[in-house]
Amino acid sequence: MAKALDLPVAELAAAVKKGELSAAELARGALERIREKASLDAFLHVSEEPVLKAAAELDRRRAKGETLGALAGVPIAIKDALCTTDAPTTCASRILTRRGADGRPGNAAAGWRPPYDATAVARLRAADALLVGKTNMDEFAMGSSGENSAFGPAKNPLDPTRTPGGSSSGSAVAVAGGMSSASLGSDTGGSIRQPAAFCGIVGIKPSYGRVSRYGLVAFASSLDQIGPFARDVRSAAHVLQAIAGADARDSTAASVAVGDYAAACERDVRPLRIGLPEEYFAEGLDPEVAERVRAAVSRLEREGCAVRPVKLPHTRYGVATYYVVATAEASSNLARFDGVRFGLRVEPERGNLNAMYGATRDAGFGAEVKRRILLGTYVLSAGYYDAYYRKAQQARTLIRRDFEEAFRDVDVIAAPTAPMPAFRLGEKIDDPLAMYLADIYTLPASLAGIAGLTLPCGNTRARADRPALPVGLQLLAPAFGEEKLLTVAAAVERLCRS
Amino acid sequence: MAITRETVLHVARLARLELEGDEVERMQRDLGNILGYMQQLSELPADGIAATAQVATECAPLRDDALIPSLDHELALAEAPRRGGGSFAVPGFVDE
Repeated sequence: MAKALDLPVAELAAAVKKGELSAAELARGALERIREKASLDAFLHVSEEPVLKAAAELDRRRAKGETLGALAGVPIAIKDALCTTDAPTTCASRILTRRGADGRPGNAAAGWRPPYDATAVARLRAADALLVGKTNMDEFAMGSSGENSAFGPAKNPLDPTRTPGGSSSGSAVAVAGGMSSASLGSDTGGSIRQPAAFCGIVGIKPSYGRVSRYGLVAFASSLDQIGPFARDVRSAAHVLQAIAGADARDSTAASVAVGDYAAACERDVRPLRIGLPEEYFAEGLDPEVAERVRAAVSRLEREGCAVRPVKLPHTRYGVATYYVVATAEASSNLARFDGVRFGLRVEPERGNLNAMYGATRDAGFGAEVKRRILLGTYVLSAGYYDAYYRKAQQARTLIRRDFEEAFRDVDVIAAPTAPMPAFRLGEKIDDPLAMYLADIYTLPASLAGIAGLTLPCGNTRARADRPALPVGLQLLAPAFGEEKLLTVAAAVERLCRS
Repeated sequence: MAITRETVLHVARLARLELEGDEVERMQRDLGNILGYMQQLSELPADGIAATAQVATECAPLRDDALIPSLDHELALAEAPRRGGGSFAVPGFVDE
C-alpha cells in the first residue's frame, strides 16, 4: 500500500477504478502516513471517520459496477481556508474557533463548521477523491513561512528546522511528505508557488478566474486563486482539470472554456518561445538558485525552444504594490470577523457592541493579521488613499502592461520562484518587511492575474550551513494559458530527470 | 517613515481593533518601516495611467435571474456564539 500511495494521481485513480486497489486500503494507508509524520504539523484536522466512510462507499459502488470519477480513491488534503462541511475550517486563526470553558479562544478542533462546501471541494468530492483533512497555513493566508499559524508552524519534510514556505504550508508538506497524493492551496501573492518550490514539488496558481473561489475564505478578492499541489506535473494537471471552470456561485469564475490539461502535458514543446526576464535575476538572488534555473532553461533551448530575453521593468514596484492592494482588500474582507454570527466572541462584562468587536478581534487575530488590517486601513484612510492605494492600482496597470508586452514575443516566461531556497524557521519572523521581500518573484503574476506554475529543477549543493535544498522554476503564461504552462513544465520535468 | 502613536490608535479604532500593551509600539515601528518602503510608489510616474481594481472582469458571466433557495435559517444560526428569538443576539448598541 505504501507504494500505491506514491503513484501519480491518474495511475492511482485508474487502479481504483479497475478494482486493483481498494479505496479503503488507500484511505487507511494515508491516515497511517499522517500519523507517522505528525511531528511535521501538516494537518490541523484529520478527517479519519469521514474519509474511511467515503472510501468504503466508493468500494461498494465499484463492486456494484458503477463508473467512478476521475480522482477515484485519490487521497487529497485541503488548505484550511476552504470550507468543508465534514471538517472544521479555521484559516489557522483563533477567531474561527469557539471559546473553551476557560473563556479563552479554542484550538483547531473547536473550529467553525461551515454550512456548505467550497465549490473546489465539492468538485473533488464529485470526482470521488478522498479528502483526508485540513492543512496548516499562515493565519488567513498571510505569510510566507507558515509561522503565522495560530496553532504552530508546519515543518519542511526535507529539513524540519526549515520552513516549508507559506502561506499554504501544510498543503505542500502533506504532498512532499507523501501523506496525500495531491492537495489544494490558495495563492494570493505566491502562497502555492513558494511553498511548492521550498518543498520540491509542483504547484499551480491558475489564472485569476480559472477556479471558483466560492467557499474560499477571502483574503484579497482581486488576487486570490485556488490551485493544486502534486509531486509531478501530470498529477497537478489532473487535479486542476477537476476543479477548473465557471460556477454560478462565483461571478469571477470565468466563462472561458477549460483546456485539456492531460493532453497539454504530452504536446511538443519545441514551437513554444521562452522568455527570460532580466529583472528576475537581479541582486538578492541566491547564486545557486540562478544557476539551476538557467540550467533548466538551457535544456529547453537544447531541446529546440527559442529562448530570448524579455523586459518587465516595473517588477521592482511589485512588493510595494502588492502589499498596498492586498492589505487594503484584507482590511475590508476581514471586517466580517466581528463575533456576531460565527466563530469567537469575547464580550467584556460591561460594554456595548463596539467593545465586543474590539475585544473579539484583539483576542482572535494574531500579530501579522492585525498588522495587515492596520496597514490596509491606513492606505485606504482619508488623506492617504491617493498616495498609496490609487498609486498602487496605477502601478498594477503598469505591471500588467509589462506582461502583455513581453507575451507579444514569447509564449512562456521562465524565472526563479523564490530568491532563495527554504530558509530557517525563525529567520525572518521578527522582520515583516524581509518576509514580504521573499515574495518578490511571485507577486507580479498575481497582480496581473496571469497563470503560474512552479516545479523543481534541481537542488542546491549541500554545504556546512544548509543541506541540499530544492530549487523551484517558475513558469508564467498569459491569462488562461495553463495548457502552455503544462507543456513546458512536462518537458522540463522530463529533461531535468534525464 | 515615522508613524505616531496617535495614528496607530486612530487606525486601530477605525479597524475596530483593540491593541494591548506593547502592541502599539510594535505596530508603530512595523508600520513605519513598511510604509517607508511603500513610499517608493511616489517616485513612479503615473499621470494618466488608469487604475486596475480587478483583472479579467470581461469574462465574468452573469447567472440566470432565477429564484434559488438561500441558506436555511436554522443552518445559518447553527454557529452563532449567542442567539435569541431566532436571530443573532448582540450586546446593546442603542442608548436608552
